[in-house]
Amino acid sequence: MSHYEASIREPLILGDKSYHDISNDIAAPIEGKANKWWWSVFIIALIAFLWGVGAIIYTIGTGIGVWGLNNKINWAWDITNFVWWIGIGHAGTLISAVLLLFRQKWRMGINRSAEAMTIFAVFQAGLFPIIHMGRVWNGYWTMPIPNQFGTLWTNFNSPLLWDVFAISTYLSVSIVFWYTGLLPDFAMIRDRATKPFQKKIYSLVSFGWSGRAKDWQRFEEVSLVLAGLATPLVLSVHTIVSFDFATSVIPGWHSTVYPPYFVAGAVFSGFAMVQTLLIIMRKVSNLEEYITRGHIENMNKVILVTGGIVMVAYLSEFFVGWYSGSSYEDFTYLSVGAATGPYWWAFWALILCNGVFPQLLWIKKLRRNFTFSFIMAAIINTGMWFERFDIIVINLSRGHLPSTWTQFEPTFVDIGIFVGTIGFFFVLFLLYARTFPAVAQAEVKSILKSSGDSFKRARDSK
Amino acid sequence: MSNKVIHAIYDDDDILLKAVKEVREAEHHIEEVFTPFPVHGLEKAMGIANTRIAITAFIFGLTGLGFAVWMMNYMMIVDWPQNIGGKPSFSYAENMPAFVPIMFELTVFFSAHLMVITFYLRSKIGPFVKAQNPDPRTTDNMFLMEVSVDGDEIELSDFLTKTGAIETKIVETN
Repeated sequence: MSHYEASIREPLILGDKSYHDISNDIAAPIEGKANKWWWSVFIIALIAFLWGVGAIIYTIGTGIGVWGLNNKINWAWDITNFVWWIGIGHAGTLISAVLLLFRQKWRMGINRSAEAMTIFAVFQAGLFPIIHMGRVWNGYWTMPIPNQFGTLWTNFNSPLLWDVFAISTYLSVSIVFWYTGLLPDFAMIRDRATKPFQKKIYSLVSFGWSGRAKDWQRFEEVSLVLAGLATPLVLSVHTIVSFDFATSVIPGWHSTVYPPYFVAGAVFSGFAMVQTLLIIMRKVSNLEEYITRGHIENMNKVILVTGGIVMVAYLSEFFVGWYSGSSYEDFTYLSVGAATGPYWWAFWALILCNGVFPQLLWIKKLRRNFTFSFIMAAIINTGMWFERFDIIVINLSRGHLPSTWTQFEPTFVDIGIFVGTIGFFFVLFLLYARTFPAVAQAEVKSILKSSGDSFKRARDSK
Repeated sequence: MSNKVIHAIYDDDDILLKAVKEVREAEHHIEEVFTPFPVHGLEKAMGIANTRIAITAFIFGLTGLGFAVWMMNYMMIVDWPQNIGGKPSFSYAENMPAFVPIMFELTVFFSAHLMVITFYLRSKIGPFVKAQNPDPRTTDNMFLMEVSVDGDEIELSDFLTKTGAIETKIVETN
């Protein structure tokens, strides 16, 4: 069997690895003990999470009046955070599904963690629509179930209901996709576990995976079909999220460019979050030979492309708004009015963080630099939060009736819930990093001979 | 009646693939091969038929689509028609554009979940199932071929060693 791969392609697995070395490297963080870095970050994240829990309990107990919402600005940080988190989730599916369809081998080093990030981010996203209902115990009213109100069904014309279906489908399909991929890796941990308790747990979660030839055949087919289903699914999710705005009549929201622009923005911010997590994780979990400089550079290239799409969308929104000559359009979030009005800082945060700074990634030296990529990822995540803040708050702050014009001021509860979800996200991710095989080792083994450094060198020197 | 099989262990996927072909040419019956990762071309070399799981996914998807149409038709058109946004609910076809997102989501939902459940059932994997791989190294770096013995077991064992097996073991099964 030929394992040829063009020598011009960078090796994806560095060092002189054997199959057994890969098992050892991936199992090491699970079998070893957590270091003090892990514990200190975990404790900080846990405190943030608990603060968030407190803020959520306070909100539910008192009502959403404890937020900074007012008559005009009736959606603010809640939906901003919701869209931000759901957007972050998109990168995981893009890596595991779209890159699988395009047969990009570099996805194998990062897909497991990126998908974990997706699932944890969608958890955070899902919290906000539920909390912002105010009376969360009535949340089941969003389900089309026979009920005690006579035949009162949900409204299938409403984008908010489409959202319920899109996000629950997305979350459940992502979990199933992720878990099926995890089975062989759990089985690897199970078969090498020495502690009885560990063996028991991994036997349970590996579902009795044995690795028969027929199982592998089905496994690969299932992965391919799931990738084919998840690709349009992920595009539909953010499209439907954008419909929440685009089908309304609020100036600035009512815009046909929203679906593609939202999807590009989601991938843009999601990849930035993958960078944030993996640049740290490769160091902490000693995965530097599996998550290489080449992986980081590839992700930066995706960021550059999607960032470009987002910038073009900003420019076209800005231009079309200005060209319409409509006075309302001068108060939408991409307009001269916004750039110079009371929310000038939010407008410029958006333009600088998403449009201007990421252009530095055109420089090869910078996009191959870990520290720079990490800082850039933080800038982009900030910028993408501001994008959603601008869309929601700037547009709502200026309506058709000037006497209603107002501004939004977050309360400590708004801030608490947001910080709490960041804490919750990191709590989940840190627990994942200690208990789950963080690289899809079975898949990585299958490309070792074609893309492993030592194998490539041996072949090229012939 | 007790049957005998030989467990031959290989440490390389290319050698395994070659061995599978040789064993089949010598007209021995390969019961099963356990590998730590998908070895491409293995199922073809073993003569395993293509999986039909993608076809089931398509059928499940159609089921989901059908369910979505039935559900929304019943709720929005038949049971309680309403005039929403100036668009009266006369018939499903006329109001269909607004129903497309849910038709799509339920297609994907049914297709993905039922296909994975089918996979788990067919491959007999699930919670509390005991693993069947005879050697724990087959999830790490070893490849195990299970060949049924239908003659001289020593001869077969030597033959397997010649194909590149690093270990062979005779096992009685019932």
